[in-house]
Amino acid sequence: MPRVREMLAYSFMQNAFAASGIVAVLAGLVGFFLVLRAQSFAGHALSHIGFAGATGAALLGAPPLAGMLAFTLAGGVLMGALGEQVAQRDVAIGVVLSLALGLGVLFLHFFTSSAAQATSLLFGNVLGVDGGTIRALLVLAVVGLAALAAIARPLLFASLHPELAEAKGVNLRLVAMLFLAIAALAVAEASQIVGVLLVFTLMVGPPATAQMLSTRFWTALPLAALLALAEAWAGLVLAYATDWPTSFWITALSGAAYGLAALGQRRAAAG
Amino acid sequence: MTSAIRLTGVRLGLAGRMVLNGIDLAIEPGEFIGVLGPNGAGKTTLMRAILGLIAPASGSIEVFGTPAKPGNPAIGYLPQLRGGLGAPRLRGRDFVAAACDGQRFGLPLLDRGTARAVTAALAAVGAEALADRPIAALSGGERQRLLLAQALLGAPRLLLLDEPLISLDPRRQEELVALVRRLQLRSGVTVLFSAHDLNPLLGALDRVLYLGAGEAALGTVDQVITAPVLSRLYGTAIEVARVHGRVFVLGGGAEAEREAHRHEAHDHHHAAGA
Repeated sequence: MPRVREMLAYSFMQNAFAASGIVAVLAGLVGFFLVLRAQSFAGHALSHIGFAGATGAALLGAPPLAGMLAFTLAGGVLMGALGEQVAQRDVAIGVVLSLALGLGVLFLHFFTSSAAQATSLLFGNVLGVDGGTIRALLVLAVVGLAALAAIARPLLFASLHPELAEAKGVNLRLVAMLFLAIAALAVAEASQIVGVLLVFTLMVGPPATAQMLSTRFWTALPLAALLALAEAWAGLVLAYATDWPTSFWITALSGAAYGLAALGQRRAAAG
Repeated sequence: MTSAIRLTGVRLGLAGRMVLNGIDLAIEPGEFIGVLGPNGAGKTTLMRAILGLIAPASGSIEVFGTPAKPGNPAIGYLPQLRGGLGAPRLRGRDFVAAACDGQRFGLPLLDRGTARAVTAALAAVGAEALADRPIAALSGGERQRLLLAQALLGAPRLLLLDEPLISLDPRRQEELVALVRRLQLRSGVTVLFSAHDLNPLLGALDRVLYLGAGEAALGTVDQVITAPVLSRLYGTAIEVARVHGRVFVLGGGAEAEREAHRHEAHDHHHAAGA
């Protein structure tokens, strides 16, 4: 207990808990639909596009979060506009994401800052989050969740049964664009915590685990957010206790939860 | 009385090819229509046009007296399944419920009205037992019943069923056709049921709509499934044989319905290779 009080006395730990809490809930809920729509690779690509944006912004002296957001939003809307299938076409996405990462490397080269800047962008630096960033994360998360709540119904319909949704008057392209814009927001947020290379760990791991644990939409959806939150916070505690990187612990917990759920499911199927 | 579906001088193109070239026909409320014809003859295209998803190049399509438009609540639709359904881990009930007013914005809340509608639709197709199982655990026939339950939501007056028998074994085919026929007799819904093979539908249908070569023939089995009519639709000499109450369409010594599909698949290969 005294160690917990000691941990929470540090303002950087308070900030880290607040930031990762906000981001985990957003990432878990948005990621749920990303997994449902089989677009997790598109989410991964968005984070790489965001890397180019963040390094480009740093080069221009602008805040990296702003640059990342601008790029991921543009990428998300474009992917959505190009049509449902494009967002699931992994070769085209693979080419674009490596191109974006390459651009990021070029921007870093001109920026000639410390390697620490690159590392924190790629692998996250939740312990370095300040109050201003937390406020930005909170505002963006509220906007993202409000937008998600507004489109959740047609989004679910379009994700489960696109042909019927289209016949019932759902604008598939509009829904895809809006959703990928929301996903872009979540990706930009998640990158602040676990870095662009590890957004999967919050956006795909917990939702995929939740979908294995429950077949009910209204159980699995909040469970995805809850798992993301638990993994993020437990990761922080473990990082504090061991002095190992937070991102490592979050990925380890996310992977372990997924593995256990998969194992449990195979047991259930066999039994 | 207003027709359920009325096509007037409809020319309908798909990918630069006319699949229907000047078609006039009327389908009356309460009819069970079997929609047949080789692949690429325009069965799916016709249904999408009735749904208002494709506009005809010329002519008009009316559904219960109003021009076809997307989001018509009078139409229930079971699209042809290409690959699996999304979200294999989701339970059947939630899958069906997603279609309940799914076009409205907001949260997909399962309120009492939605729950009741979903339960009724599941009961109508005898799928209550499937409601709590994940989609991945269902057989092809069970999935088709869930899709049929979705199509029944909102008590449509017209059901468009696009190849629901595909990948079902003969017994499941029979069961599904009998189920649709029962639903239709009970509610008076108009049914367009497309299929590769006429035989599973013989006991259920009122009239046949046979598509081919940009043309369409609508009538009873005896009027439409004849050598002259089908020879015109296939563009080649066709014979019709009846064996023990079953009907076989033969062209060049082979069964034309199947043969036409094979050729179609062959053509696609060439197109893809070129």
